[in-house]
Amino acid sequence: MFSLRWPQVAVASGVLLLGLVVLWQTFQIPVSPLYARIGPKVVPFAVSFGLIALGLALAVQSVTGRWTDEAELQDEPVDWPSLGWLGLGLVLNLTLIGPLGFVIASTLMFVCVARAFGSRRPLFDTGVGVIVALVAYLGFDKVLGINIGAGILEGLL
Amino acid sequence: METLAALGNGFAVALTPINLVWAAVGVTVGTAIGVLPGLGPALTIALLLPITFKVDATAAFILFAGIYYGAMYGGSTTSILLNTPGESATIITSLEGNKMAKRGRGAAALATAAIGSFVAGTFGTVGITFLAPVVVEFALKFGPAEYFSLMVLAFVTVSAVLGSSAIRGLITLFFGIFLGLIGIDLQSGQPRFTFGLPELLDGVNVLIVAVGLFAVGETLFLAARRKHAPEGVLPVTGSLWMSKEDWRRSVGPWFRGTAVGFPIGAMPAGGAEIPTFLSYWMEKKLSKKPEEFGKGAIEGVAGPEAANNASAAGVLVPMLTLGLPTSATAAIMLSAFQSYGINPGPLLFQTQPDLVWGLIASLYIGNVMLLVLNLPLVGLWVKILKIPEPLLYGGILIFATIGTYGISQSPIDLVILYVVGGIGYLMRRFDFPTAPVIIGMILGPLAEQNLRQALTISQGDVTTFVTRPLSATLLAISLLLVLLPVIWTLVRRRRA
Repeated sequence: MFSLRWPQVAVASGVLLLGLVVLWQTFQIPVSPLYARIGPKVVPFAVSFGLIALGLALAVQSVTGRWTDEAELQDEPVDWPSLGWLGLGLVLNLTLIGPLGFVIASTLMFVCVARAFGSRRPLFDTGVGVIVALVAYLGFDKVLGINIGAGILEGLL
Repeated sequence: METLAALGNGFAVALTPINLVWAAVGVTVGTAIGVLPGLGPALTIALLLPITFKVDATAAFILFAGIYYGAMYGGSTTSILLNTPGESATIITSLEGNKMAKRGRGAAALATAAIGSFVAGTFGTVGITFLAPVVVEFALKFGPAEYFSLMVLAFVTVSAVLGSSAIRGLITLFFGIFLGLIGIDLQSGQPRFTFGLPELLDGVNVLIVAVGLFAVGETLFLAARRKHAPEGVLPVTGSLWMSKEDWRRSVGPWFRGTAVGFPIGAMPAGGAEIPTFLSYWMEKKLSKKPEEFGKGAIEGVAGPEAANNASAAGVLVPMLTLGLPTSATAAIMLSAFQSYGINPGPLLFQTQPDLVWGLIASLYIGNVMLLVLNLPLVGLWVKILKIPEPLLYGGILIFATIGTYGISQSPIDLVILYVVGGIGYLMRRFDFPTAPVIIGMILGPLAEQNLRQALTISQGDVTTFVTRPLSATLLAISLLLVLLPVIWTLVRRRRA
C-alpha cells in the first residue's frame, strides 16, 4: 500500500509551510505585558500548531496512499490552454484597471474568459462584454453609489 | 401569544410596499443565481454586502433572506435539467430528478421540487417562529465560556464531521481562522499577520474571500476541466400539473423531508447534506416501488428537496438567536449584521424586534412569491440556464471584479482576490471543503473574543470551560464527534 502521489505531497507541504509561516508571524506579534496571560498570541499559536499537525497528517496520508477523494478528479488532465487564457484575462484586468478604468479592463478580461471557455467570436464577445461591464458599472456606481474609480469610458457617462 | 403578536408586528414591517419590493427583488435574484451553475447565495450576498452602507438593515436582510430562500428553489431546477448540481445538498435531487427529466417527466419533477420547497420553506419558517424565542430564553443564560464551547462544537461539525475528510475540513477551517485573525487585534491593538502591509491592518474583507473562493476559484476549476464538460440542458417535458398519483406520492415525502431537515439545520452543526441523504434513504425504504429509485422516482425528488429547504430555514435559528452561522451563506449574513454594528444573539430579539420579526415575516411572504415564480414561470428560468458558458463565466468574473474593486479601488484587493481564487481552485481540485473557510473567518475572531472574555472572568483559570456544566457538555460532544470516527476505524481495522 505504498502509492506516493506528488501533487498530494505538494499540497500537504503547502499546508505545512503555511503553518510554519503562521508560527513565525505569531512570534512577531508585539505583546504588551498587560496582556501576558490571554494575549493576542494564544489563538494564532493554536492555529499554527493545528495547521502544522494537520499538514503532517495529510503528508502521511499522501505518502501511504490513504488520501481518498473523488479519484477521477485527480487523474483528470488539466486543460492548460483554457487556464492560460483565463490567467491572461485576470492579469490584463489587474494591470489595466488603474490606467484604463474598469469598463475597458473588464471587457478585455471578459473576452479572454470567453476564449478560455471555448468561444471563437472575439468581436461578439467584446460587444457582450462592454454591455455587461457597463450594466455592472451603472448598477454599482450610479444605483448603489459605490465608487468604481475613474476611467476612459467612465468619464463619458 | 407573545410570539404571535411579535410576528404580527413583523408582518406589518414586511408588508410595507418598499419591503415587499425588496423581498420580490431578493427572491427573483435568488432564483436566478440558484439556477445559474457556478453561482450561489453566499457569493451573491457577499457581492451585495456594500449595499449595507446605503439601505437600512431591515431592507437589506429582507433582500438577503429572499436571495437565500430563492437560491434553494432555483438550485433544484438546475439539478433536474442539467445534472450538475450547484451545491452538494442538491446532488440527491439531480440523482432522481435528472432521470425523471430524461424520461420526459421533467415538468412533474420541477413541480414536486417547487411545491416541496414551498411546504418545507413555510413549515421551516413556522419552526423558526416558534423555536427561536425558546432558544433565546435558553441562550440568555449563556456566558462567554458557553459561547466559546458552542463555537468549538460548530467548528468541529462543519469541518470534521460533515464532508469527506476530517483532516482536510479542519485544514480549511484553520485557514479561515487565520484569515480572520489578519489585521489589528481589537483587544490589544496589536497588528497580526499584516506582513508589514498597511492595507492588511483593517483585516481581509470577507467579500474578497467569498468572491475569490466561489467565483474565481470555481471559474478556474471549470476552465481547467473544460474537456469534461457535462451534458446539455434537458427540455422541460410533460405536464406541469402533477398527476393524482404524483401528488399522492409526493405529499408524504414533503412532510417527512421537512421533519428531518428542519431540526438538523437548526442544530449548531448545520449542513444540508445529511438531511437530504437521510430523507432519500428514508423514502427509498418506505417506498412501495423501491425499484424505481435510481430511475427517476418522484419521492426521491420530493423528500430531499423538502429536507434541503427545511434545513436552510433551520440554519437561521442559531444564526439569529446565537449569532452562530453554520453555513457559508449564514456566515456572510452575520458579517452583514456586523457591518450595521448589530450583533446577532439572544438580545437581538429585544433590541431589534422590527428587524428580526420583519425578516421572519418576509420569509413567509417570500415563499409564496417563490411558488409563483417557480411554477408558472419556470420556462423563464430554463432560458437563463441556456446562457452559453463563455458569456456566463465572463460575466461572473466582471461582477467579481467590480464587487472587489468597489471596496477601495485598490489593485491589492484584486491581487488578494486572485490569490484566494487560486487557493480555491486547488481546494476544489484536491477535494477540500470551502464553507469552513468562510465560517472560520467570521466565527474565529468571535470565538477568540469569547475565549478571552471567559478567561478574564475566571481570572485566567482555564478549567472554567469544563467546570461549567453546559460548557463541559458542549466540549464533550465536540470531542466525541472527533474521536468516534477515529475509534470506529481502529476497531474495524482490528477486526479485519
